Amino acid sequence: MEKLEVRNVSLAFGDKQVLRDVSLYLKQGELVCLLGVSGGGKTTLFNVISGLLRPDEGQVFLDGEEVTGQPGRISYMLQKDLLLPYRTIQDNVALPLMLRGVKKKEARAQAVALFPQFGLEGTETLWPGQLSGGMRQRAALLRTYLFSQNVALLDEPFSALDTLTKGAVHEWYLKVMDEIRLSTLFITHDIDEAILLSDRIYLLMDGRMGEEIVVDAPRPRHVEFNLTPEFLAYKRRILAALHGKG
Amino acid sequence: MTRRLPSTTRAKLPGIVGVAVLLAVWQLVCLGGLVPRYMLPSPVDVVTAFVEDAPALWENLLITLQEAFLGLAIGILVGFVFAVAMDAFDILYKIFYPILVITQTIPTVAIAPLLVLWFGYEMTPKVILVVLVTFFPVAVGLLDGFRGVDPDAVGLLRSMGAGWWQIFRYLKCPWALPQFFSGLRIAAAYSMVGAVISEWLGGFGGLGVYMTRVKKAFAFDKMFAVIFLISALSLALMALVGWLERRCMPYRRVDEKKRRT
Repeated sequence: MEKLEVRNVSLAFGDKQVLRDVSLYLKQGELVCLLGVSGGGKTTLFNVISGLLRPDEGQVFLDGEEVTGQPGRISYMLQKDLLLPYRTIQDNVALPLMLRGVKKKEARAQAVALFPQFGLEGTETLWPGQLSGGMRQRAALLRTYLFSQNVALLDEPFSALDTLTKGAVHEWYLKVMDEIRLSTLFITHDIDEAILLSDRIYLLMDGRMGEEIVVDAPRPRHVEFNLTPEFLAYKRRILAALHGKG
Repeated sequence: MTRRLPSTTRAKLPGIVGVAVLLAVWQLVCLGGLVPRYMLPSPVDVVTAFVEDAPALWENLLITLQEAFLGLAIGILVGFVFAVAMDAFDILYKIFYPILVITQTIPTVAIAPLLVLWFGYEMTPKVILVVLVTFFPVAVGLLDGFRGVDPDAVGLLRSMGAGWWQIFRYLKCPWALPQFFSGLRIAAAYSMVGAVISEWLGGFGGLGVYMTRVKKAFAFDKMFAVIFLISALSLALMALVGWLERRCMPYRRVDEKKRRT
């Protein structure tokens, strides 16, 4: 049984068909990427998987149980970090626990216990406005993780970061992922990022599922992986698939 | 020397100097005999009248403050209820928004006598008038705040399984605080003025009643004393709101600091 399975999902907004018969799966502990150009339906697909949107057709399964149109089951990190400016970092991160009814004190304690692993120690009582973009992203990621250690959807988690910061965050992210083994589906339009981070890559084009590419390079990977011939071979394959199978 | 002053004082210095110069010019005009004394008392005369009249002023002040506070408290409550209802149901927004705007176009002075006729000379009509002038800025401020919530933030909380009440409590209310406080600041100033105006048009006590009484006696110095007292009170009330605002939103200080550097 797969951790997460999306079966034949279709969705239209008015007469615009956004998703056409999309299917995918995610295994326990896998890091899978959804790659495609902007406006290709990636975020809509995430809204369906998270339960925020109900598809016209198709189903979503979590551990074999149908969760179509049911929010509150799968962690979802949206494009922006969406840290609430009026809550301290620890209270932002602990928010999903408090929403579930965990007492404030207990929720904070659980959150703060994970701060060192996410490189957030010392930021507990700061406001989001006092943190750099990279740190805010870490906090948002920890909040996602605290909501559910089951499956996480990350919508362009690193797109707001500048190139230099991005490299450092990738390195850090790969290290944390090796430790927590969260089953993750993430969106990106950055091909390098997709190859570096993923176990598998789905190409989503024009609302339709394209080629699936398995990246079986060994882990742990480092940013230098970007410079190997192996990496370039993957990149060539993806570019070919994206540009009309030329 | 100015370097030793705290930055807030330094920022306010030009304003303080401006007021001081204005008072000095006024005093000189009176001393020079440019305007007859019975028509325009000098600032020193006003201060003297204020000190002499302090017991009477204090007694009336308490009445006015009571009306203003009671009215403001009810106004905030009513404004809050309207804002929540209109935010939750779009149809209520469409029905009530025009009505709310219309209530604000009716001049206060015009309805105050009506209120006196309906509710008598006691405190009720005054409090109602204050409610009428204060609920609107509060309601509109809150409504703007509620409606300004980032839809993605709502999506995030929904994806975490939050229901209507949790989204309201954890997202909408704190999100609307800045707009609420801008509304409250205006409402606080209106509450004093509203209470005084309603007292003008009939009543047994309060600064407005006192004002009409000294006006009839042509005691201009006492009138000015009341005017200054009222504006000082309005300022104090607004300062109180400002203090409350900083207490409730400590994270804003960080933003301000960032903007300055």
